[in-house]
Amino acid sequence: MADVLKKVPVREQDAKVRATNFEEVCYGYNKEEAVEESQRCITCKNAKCVEGCPVSIDIPAFIAAVKEEKFEEAFQVISKSSALPAVCGRVCPQESQCEGKCIRGKKGDPISIGKLERFVADWARENGIKPAAPAEKNGKKVAVIGSGPSGLTCAGDLAKLGYDVTIFEALHKAGGVLVYGIPEFRLPKDRVVGPEVENVKALGVKIETDVIVGRTVKLDDLIEDEGFDAVFIGSGAGLPKFMGIPGETACGVLSANEYLTRNNLMKAFDENYDTPIVHGKKVVVVGGGNVAMDAARTALRLGAETHIVYRRSEEELPARVEEVHHAKEEGIIFDLLTNPVEILADENDWVTGIKCIRMELGEPDASGRRRPVEVPGSEFTIECDTVIMSLGTSPNPLISSTTKGLEINRRQCIVATEDTGATSKEGVYAGGDAVTGAATVILAMGAGKAAAKGIHEYLSAK
Amino acid sequence: MFKILEAEKLSAAVYKQVIYAPRVARSCEPGQFIIVRVDETAERIPLTICDYDREAGTITLAFQPIGVSTHKLMALKAGDEIADFVGPLGRPSELVTDDFEEVKKKKVVFIAGGVGTAPVYPQAKWLHDHGIECDIIVGARTKDLLILEEEMSKVGNLYLCTDDGSYGFHGVGTAMLEKLVSEGHHYDLCVAIGPMIMMKFACMTTKKLGIPTIVSMNPIMVDGTGMCGACRVLVGDEVKFACVDGPEFDGHKIDFEQAMKRAAMYKTEEGRRLLKFQEGDTHHGGCGNCGGDK
Repeated sequence: MADVLKKVPVREQDAKVRATNFEEVCYGYNKEEAVEESQRCITCKNAKCVEGCPVSIDIPAFIAAVKEEKFEEAFQVISKSSALPAVCGRVCPQESQCEGKCIRGKKGDPISIGKLERFVADWARENGIKPAAPAEKNGKKVAVIGSGPSGLTCAGDLAKLGYDVTIFEALHKAGGVLVYGIPEFRLPKDRVVGPEVENVKALGVKIETDVIVGRTVKLDDLIEDEGFDAVFIGSGAGLPKFMGIPGETACGVLSANEYLTRNNLMKAFDENYDTPIVHGKKVVVVGGGNVAMDAARTALRLGAETHIVYRRSEEELPARVEEVHHAKEEGIIFDLLTNPVEILADENDWVTGIKCIRMELGEPDASGRRRPVEVPGSEFTIECDTVIMSLGTSPNPLISSTTKGLEINRRQCIVATEDTGATSKEGVYAGGDAVTGAATVILAMGAGKAAAKGIHEYLSAK
Repeated sequence: MFKILEAEKLSAAVYKQVIYAPRVARSCEPGQFIIVRVDETAERIPLTICDYDREAGTITLAFQPIGVSTHKLMALKAGDEIADFVGPLGRPSELVTDDFEEVKKKKVVFIAGGVGTAPVYPQAKWLHDHGIECDIIVGARTKDLLILEEEMSKVGNLYLCTDDGSYGFHGVGTAMLEKLVSEGHHYDLCVAIGPMIMMKFACMTTKKLGIPTIVSMNPIMVDGTGMCGACRVLVGDEVKFACVDGPEFDGHKIDFEQAMKRAAMYKTEEGRRLLKFQEGDTHHGGCGNCGGDK
């Protein structure tokens, strides 16, 4: 018998090999491994893990089904709460959610809930299992703006309740950040994201791509001309931030959004696709979040020596521990307590280096993290030909500026209540990054779920 | 999928296509643009709107093939379909959104260069349809590259110019403008759209003549909705996104040198991909230019 305090390790692609390809890093559990891991679960009556899950999956119930090798039943349990289990099993920060609350984790390793969820979702896909069919149509129409995590979740939940749902997607492909942002090696597009989007469509949800709400059609027109009874805005994060330092418009300086979109959505890494990408020899990624890790690991796979420049220390890195660990294993160089002050360029305005200053940690700031302060006279230059700025985003004004009566806050985010997603405008709900600013896939899904409930209550009372 | 209803060659370098895209046709305004993705492997390319018909649900494009994706588009015929067609993008021209009484008082001159003639047409037509008279200078290198002569002559006072003197006024568009001003024409606003270098010189001239000038920037972009930030342009001291803040800006504030360098950012790789598209796998290496043999 294996040590019950230790989780079943998950197999991964060798770091040296994977640093040169875009294949998935983590192989996930096979059947035997999944069943073995599930047996470590003690099926708590008062399950803390469920409280830690933003979409409240009945985790003990699905794990109990895995124990008995009833994988289809396990999938239906998860599907009641989540439209995207294969995605969440891969990209959720489980360590701070379900697994972070696991009782097993008090003495040993918590149950690998994420890996089990992934196994169940992958098994269901490979065996052609679809989520249970929706209820009868109730004749009410709901428009969902954006086909990212919040939109897909909201649409899926409403379809299950019998609503006639249409998702409007600005890009040419459904999935939002799941297709343009998160790289193939963390989240395979054709194998994982595509089928989960198809599952949502199988519930009766229509997806119209190439429609930019705010430009192609106004939100008010959806209600007034196209007969939608309610609208959910899940339009995502928005415009990339830059530092405002000299040299930032030089050639070879790009946002992580641009770099990742070229590579993930437009498949620039593949010679058969027309979209070009900068093939840097030495790339500096500025920032310490998950997006920065994704950009750095992409640059590495495209053949560059890659550095992460971050102004605080390793402890403050906002990225998931697993991502930082993978990045280090693959050979990303971390220049911590370092902040850029200027980007240097040659006579053709191409980047030649980034001038930085050393930082040290001072007193805690408003976020509770110790504030980084410059060390006077410590400027130095890192030579590089590409700089990728991964500093977060500010909300896109396309919808808020073209919709009457939609309140936004000082940070330009749409104002919506947390429990129902209701905005200042009747019949209009919102959630995900458009409301909170850049956050995680699962938090956006939680908001989509809350809004589906809010919309259902609103339309039921109408 | 979006159907091509008409396709024809307008000049030695420019192609015209009429696309059925009712949502875009219903909402677009002069000054805005669209993005097409010809097929699954193609790039998303921003193209200007040359004309639109709200009733018929169509958008007319005029484009000059440069990279692989525009060459793919050029090869399509009436009846063919393109994978994606999205828009309208960018903000409408201020001529359309500003207070109409103020716009009515203005004497506007357009300077159009090459394929930049296409986006000028809907603006001039809009003014004409609203009873406002305007002057239009259309320039090209040579007679075979001039487009939309007949259409333009119906919506404004048209002045044609060619660099080589093969048709119309012998000289560039800005020289034509200087001539008109010296002959006593007065302008309150100039709208100059064309190749970056042309817009740069047009702005130098209009600055000298004291005519406020709007230009339409066409930088590299990916999504066109503000998400990628590739289309950053320096306007005065500010960094603007052409797709959400533009594409039209005060030409006297634009840093054209910077914009031209940024436009060349992917040139080597695009050229290499075009060569591969046109000639197949003929790459032998050794030329030392493209790095394809490394």
